[in-house]
Amino acid sequence: MISVTLNGEPLELDLDPDTPLLWVLRDHLGLTGTKYGCGEGQCGACIVQLDGEPVNACQTPLSAAANHSVKTIEGLSPDGRHPLQLAWIVEEVAQCGYCQSGQLMTADALLAKYPRPTDAQIDAAMSEVLCRCGSYNRIRRAIHRTANPESQNG
Amino acid sequence: MASPLAELRLSRRALLRIGAATGGGLALGILFQARAEPESDTQDSSQHNGILSPNAWIRIHTDGRILLVIARSEMGQGIATGLAMLMAEELEVGLDQIQVEQAPVGSAYTNHLLGEQATGESTSIRDAWQIMREAGAVARQLLIAAAATIWSVPDSRCSARRGRVHLAEDPRNLSYAELAETASRLPLPPAPKLKPSDAWTLIGTPQPRIDSPDKVLGAASFGLDIKLPEMLYASIARCEVIGGRITGWRSEAALEIPGVLDVFAVRYGIAVIAKTSWAALRGRDKLELSLRPSANPAADSNRIRDRLQGALKGRAAVARKDGDVSTALNGSHAQIEAVYEVPFQAHACMEPMNCTADVTTERCDIYVPTQAQGRTQATAERITGLPKDRIAVHTTFLGGGFERRREQDFVVDAVELSQLLKRPVQVVWTRADDLQHDFFRPMSLHRLRGGIDAEGRLTAWFHRVAGPSVLARIAPDEIRDGIDPCMMAGAADLPYRVPHQRIEYRRADTQVPIGLWPGGGYDHNSFAAECFIDELAHLADRDPLQLRRNHLADRPRHLALLNEAAREADWDKPPASGRGRGLALAEAFGSLIVAIAEVSVENADIHVHRILCAVDCGQAINPQSVRAQIESGVAFGLTAALKGKITLTKGRVDQRCLSDYTPLKAHEMPEVSVHLVASDAEPGGVGGLAIPVMAPAVANALFALTKQRIRTLPIRLS
Repeated sequence: MISVTLNGEPLELDLDPDTPLLWVLRDHLGLTGTKYGCGEGQCGACIVQLDGEPVNACQTPLSAAANHSVKTIEGLSPDGRHPLQLAWIVEEVAQCGYCQSGQLMTADALLAKYPRPTDAQIDAAMSEVLCRCGSYNRIRRAIHRTANPESQNG
Repeated sequence: MASPLAELRLSRRALLRIGAATGGGLALGILFQARAEPESDTQDSSQHNGILSPNAWIRIHTDGRILLVIARSEMGQGIATGLAMLMAEELEVGLDQIQVEQAPVGSAYTNHLLGEQATGESTSIRDAWQIMREAGAVARQLLIAAAATIWSVPDSRCSARRGRVHLAEDPRNLSYAELAETASRLPLPPAPKLKPSDAWTLIGTPQPRIDSPDKVLGAASFGLDIKLPEMLYASIARCEVIGGRITGWRSEAALEIPGVLDVFAVRYGIAVIAKTSWAALRGRDKLELSLRPSANPAADSNRIRDRLQGALKGRAAVARKDGDVSTALNGSHAQIEAVYEVPFQAHACMEPMNCTADVTTERCDIYVPTQAQGRTQATAERITGLPKDRIAVHTTFLGGGFERRREQDFVVDAVELSQLLKRPVQVVWTRADDLQHDFFRPMSLHRLRGGIDAEGRLTAWFHRVAGPSVLARIAPDEIRDGIDPCMMAGAADLPYRVPHQRIEYRRADTQVPIGLWPGGGYDHNSFAAECFIDELAHLADRDPLQLRRNHLADRPRHLALLNEAAREADWDKPPASGRGRGLALAEAFGSLIVAIAEVSVENADIHVHRILCAVDCGQAINPQSVRAQIESGVAFGLTAALKGKITLTKGRVDQRCLSDYTPLKAHEMPEVSVHLVASDAEPGGVGGLAIPVMAPAVANALFALTKQRIRTLPIRLS
């Protein structure tokens, strides 16, 4: 049995410890918000947080999450009202939406590290997540909006 | 593909469908169908038996729900919001008052510009513009008539607003829910009464996307998110050599993977069947395959280039002939010739190809991120032999489409396997499958010749396109006199007035599977034509913007847009030191775009700092969506201009993963400004509009900065 804290809830999993976290979430736990895009750690669509750090879930074996805390898009907020989610809606970030869980989880980890990130810090962090729809400028605006709510004047 | 919409409008008529809605209550459905469909007339007479036809656009339930049916695939372009806006505008409801549902397969849902129920080629809004508004208007007229009947007043005293009908100078009002039953018994109005544009409250205003809330929750359901009871997963190893065959395989190691259930050959390769996605993917990695290469010479980039180079000479089909180019060139003050090269490109949707099918002896259900519901049903019909009415296509959200999801290969995979295994099956493609077994944007070569007179005016324009035919596989009937219109878009319809023009196509097929790509022929042809006109401007010592203006003098929309772009970009002032600016224009999908790129070069690295797009897409339905689509096209177009290239060696695609074929990343995205010009012309398409102008705008900017002509994509500086 492998113990993981998933989105704040303790969980005991009786699974092959080599199984990538991506497929633990998708195949076994039905948490399909985390997406399969390449399985090679190159697209970032499957990024989740492991103890607050963004990791590619497809490259993270379940064993690496044992006794650690995992947060997925489903755990970002109980009601979809996380400041990033609200900013994402205001800035109309998502197009096809497939990469957006990875984008949001990466952005959330970025803001935990740099509450007011510079454009360079945003670029460095967000370049890990590919978006074929080109939503990057909106992502940047949504992150700034979240980081600087007072400067938006609503 | 395209059929004239005008014909259709004359032949359409409305049918009213009434019946019990699933979940109780009465529903009112409005259907528009072609007159020439007798089948619908027989259905018409049996419609009052309490079964609601699914072929409806609008359903108003007595419990207050207002359901709008969306017949186009949502792949990020915001079409669900756009179509809902068209219906809601005329129905007089707010977007906050409606729910949307994805349409099943049905003749009412045909995209008349594509001739099938499909989404693509920037057609959705153009196709829906009239029909969806008429659907909303007829429903509104019926609801008003119902209220007038109940109150015994003339219709003219009633008006509709936010889902209620109000009586003039009277506090009385009734909700659509209260009116639905009465409305469903009324005769149809003689004609839809569309609102005048000055009464619009939704059309032309920026509206938030209706799918955003689900997408930020991770709750939007894509193809791979489908999970059915008893469902199995499959990964299929396809032959990596184009034209080759898998002649043998060893499955022992695969079958040892826990969860792998079976390994066997199917039409497109060797299928590994498993209890989970992960087991299927792992098992497939363990397969040992023996291949037999194609009997033909292997597909190879160098060999293909040689072939296309050969096709730049010799005879060709003529797509357009104005005047006499040879004589005009000979008599010109100065002339130049150039060859442009555009490589194969992958679609690289972020969601790899996939499909889930549940085939029984009774019926077939397909859950699929598809752009082509009609063909999906036909594919399943062919495989299962089931009648169409027992084959349902459930369209999920699409994690990118880009025309790749018009194809049927992944549907065949899933339907065949489910039929064989008698269980629901989800077929998962790997990223390598997706890149290696794409239907690529074709490679093409372009030979252009142009001549100018002593006043610096273009007198002669010759453009030969050499490349494989896209339509030969998809729609061979549309190839006429050797011209594949899909390969010639943007060349044969050059927007500039040049007295002597000759546009040719020389078909040169290769073994490489090719298909539609966003922007279509405009992509490769605009690169060649818009760069070449820059070369001619340089030859004539004219400003490239002014030279274009000179040849668009009688085209006010083009001129206005060029002027708008020039003004916004301060074109008359030189760019900042170390920066270069380049311009490109395209007329496509009923829309116009002018892009101005600003670039710099640092140690041979190209930086695109800013892209300005001036857009005339006629009446914008949702300006917010138009802007987002243009931004999206900038990213997609820059990927193709600067990064993307599919090459082949000894029959194999060299690119296997996203580090071999990398879409534009966040730090490479330029600042994008979109300037929409106000227009009340018919709406044009915008999905693929910005893509064709990216490569030429950047290449022309690089020339302005470095004096190096870029004639090959992706762009590399020497």
